[in-house]
Amino acid sequence: MRSKRAELMVGCFIVLGVVALIYLAVQVSGLAFSSKKDTYQVVARFDDIAGLSSRAKVSIAGVEVGNVESITFDKELFMALVKMNIYSDVDNIPTDSSIAVLTSGLLGEKYLGISIGADDELLTNGSEIYDTQSALVLETLISQFLFKSGDSEK
Amino acid sequence: MKAIISMGAWLFDWLEAVGRAGIFLVQSVFRLPVRFGESVNLLVKQLYSVGVLSLVIIIVSGTFIGMVLSLQGYSILAKFGSEEAVGQLLALSLLRELSPVVTALLFAGRAGSSLTAEIGLMKATEQLSSYEMMGVDPLRRVIAPRFIAGVICLPLLSLIFSASGILGGQLVSVGWLGVYDGAFWSSMQQSVYFDTDIMNGVIKAVCFSVVVTWIAVYQGYECVPTSEGIGKATTRTVVLGSLAILALDFILTAAMFGDF
Amino acid sequence: MVDAYIKVQDIHFTRGGRVIYENVSLTIPRGKVTAVMGPSGTGKTTLLRLIAAQLTPDSGCVLVDGQDVHKLSRSDLYKVRKKMGMLFQSGALFSDMSVYENIAFPIEEHTKLSASAIKDIVAQKLHSVGLRGAAGLMPSELSGGMARRVALARAIALDPELVMYDEPFTGQDPISKGVLVSLIRELNDSANITSVVVSHDVEESLSIADHVCILAGGRVIAEGSADDIRASDNPQVKQFLNGEPDGPVPFHYPEAANGMLYKSGASR
Repeated sequence: MRSKRAELMVGCFIVLGVVALIYLAVQVSGLAFSSKKDTYQVVARFDDIAGLSSRAKVSIAGVEVGNVESITFDKELFMALVKMNIYSDVDNIPTDSSIAVLTSGLLGEKYLGISIGADDELLTNGSEIYDTQSALVLETLISQFLFKSGDSEK
Repeated sequence: MKAIISMGAWLFDWLEAVGRAGIFLVQSVFRLPVRFGESVNLLVKQLYSVGVLSLVIIIVSGTFIGMVLSLQGYSILAKFGSEEAVGQLLALSLLRELSPVVTALLFAGRAGSSLTAEIGLMKATEQLSSYEMMGVDPLRRVIAPRFIAGVICLPLLSLIFSASGILGGQLVSVGWLGVYDGAFWSSMQQSVYFDTDIMNGVIKAVCFSVVVTWIAVYQGYECVPTSEGIGKATTRTVVLGSLAILALDFILTAAMFGDF
Repeated sequence: MVDAYIKVQDIHFTRGGRVIYENVSLTIPRGKVTAVMGPSGTGKTTLLRLIAAQLTPDSGCVLVDGQDVHKLSRSDLYKVRKKMGMLFQSGALFSDMSVYENIAFPIEEHTKLSASAIKDIVAQKLHSVGLRGAAGLMPSELSGGMARRVALARAIALDPELVMYDEPFTGQDPISKGVLVSLIRELNDSANITSVVVSHDVEESLSIADHVCILAGGRVIAEGSADDIRASDNPQVKQFLNGEPDGPVPFHYPEAANGMLYKSGASR
C-alpha cells in the first residue's frame, strides 16, 4: 500500500498534537486529573478582599488545602462573603482559626491563608471562620505610613 | 456622484464575492462523501501534506520564539527581581496569543499557499473540469478533504507550537539564565488556567484554521487558470489570510480576555 | 436528416462582453465522427463545454440524446455526463494518481464492480490505446502523446455513448498524430460511439470525419461531409483549408471602436 507511510506519519502527527495538549494541561496549567476531591464548604466575611478571585487557592502553612468557590457581597454587613471548598481529608481545622488574604510575592496572585487556632471544636460543612484579616491595600498602607511620619515630625 | 456610484458598484462586487465564497464553503463541506473509505484515504493524504509537512517549521519556530521570549522577558523581569515570573510570561503569551497567531501565519504561508497553487494548477490543467465531466463533484473530491484537513491540522499545530515554545523557553531560562526550575513551573501553573488560557488558544486556532483554509481553497478554485493568475491567487491567499488572522485575533481577544 | 445525437439550437453565448456565438445551430449525427473546425479563438472548446453543460448559453438550447442538458438538475446532469467521455486538450490526467488509478477512477466512482473486474477493464482499455505496459507510471513520467492516449483510455473507461476530443492533435509529432487518428476512428467504429473532434488541424480532421462543421466569427460557415467541405467555394472556408494568411478572416485583430487609429488591413 502506497499510503501506509503517510498514514503512519499522520497518526504520529495527531498523537503528537494530543500529547502536546496533555502536556500543556498537566505541566503548564497544573490541571490535576484527580482534582475532583471531596470537599466541604466554609464561609468567611472580609472587610476588603482587594483582588482575590474565585478559584484562588486556600492554604495552611503554604500547602494548598482548598480553593475559593465564590465571592459575593453581603448587603447587610457591607462585607465580602467568601465561600470556599476545603478538601475533606483536611478535617481538623479548629473553629477559632484565623484566615487572611495574602499575596504570593510582591506582585503575585492573591490567596487565602489559614492560621490554626486552639479550639477543640472543628470546622464542618457550612461553618464560618470569624477571625478574618483583610488584604493589605497598598494605597492604605502608604497613606498610613505618610500620616504616621507626619505625626512623628510634630 | 461618480465616486458614490463606483463605491456602490465596488460594494456590490464585494458582497457578491463574499456570497460566492460562502456558498462555496457550504457546498464543499456539507456535500456528503459517496464512499466513506475513499474519503478517509483522501483526508489522510491531505493531513499528511498539510499537517505533517508543516511540523518542522512549526516546531523550529515555536522553539525559537520561546527562547527569545525567555531572554527578553528575563532581562526585564530581572530588574524587578522577579525572574521566576518568566515562566508565567512565557506560558501566557504563548498560549493566549503567539502560538495561535504565529502558527496561523506560518500555516497561511506554508500550507495555504501550496493549497492555492495546487488547486489552481489542477484548474489550469483542466483536472477540475475533468472531474466534472466524469460526473464527480470536484468540490467534494478535491476541495472538501483539503478544507477539513486544514481545519484539523491548525489547532494541533498550534498546540505543538505552544509545547515546543515552552520547552525552548525552559531551556533558555532554566538552563542558561539559571532561573530556579521549581519556581519556573510553579509560577506558570499558578497563573495558567486550562479552560481560559489553553482552551481559548485552541478556540482561536480553530477560528483561524477555518478562515485561512477557506481563503486558500477558494482562491485556488476561483483563480484565473494561467501561470500569472495562480501566482496572484497564491499571493492573495497569503496576504488576505494574514490580514484576516490579525483582524480576527483582535476581535477574539477582545471577546475572550477583554473585560467589558 | 440523419439521426442526431446532439442538436445545438440557436445558441447565443457571450463571455466578458465578447460575443463568442450568435445563432449557432448544428447537429452531430449519431455513431459518426464529427469534426468541428475553425481558427483559434472561435470558441471551439467552448462548444464542447456547452454540450457538457459546464457553461450555460445566454439563450438557445443543447439537446443531448433528446435531453436539454441546461435544464437538468445537478444529479441528472451528472447522470448524463456519465454517458460522455472527454479528452481534454492538456490530457488533464490526475497528477496525484498513477496511470492505472487514473483509468480506474471513473469506474470505481460509478460502478460497484469488484477490484479484479476493474483491473480487467483497465487492462483492456490500456491495451486498446497500446499502453498496457504503462499502467504503473505516474502522469509526469509520460510523454505528451502517451499522456493523451492514457487520457483517451480514461475517457472511454465507462464505455460512453459520446466522446469529445478537444484539440487531440495539437502539439503532437506526426507519429502520435497518426496513432490518434487511427485510434479515434477505430474506437468510433468498434464501439459505435458518437465522436466529436474539435481541431484546427485540417488534414487529420478531414481524414477521419464523416461530418464537418466549420466555425468562424461566431457562426457556422460550412457544414457537410469532408468532400463537400473540400469542394466548397466559400472564400472563408478556402482560406482556412489552405492556410492563407490574409483573406476574409483578417490578418489583423479588429481594433476597438474608440481606438481606431489604423484602417483594418492596412500595414503598420
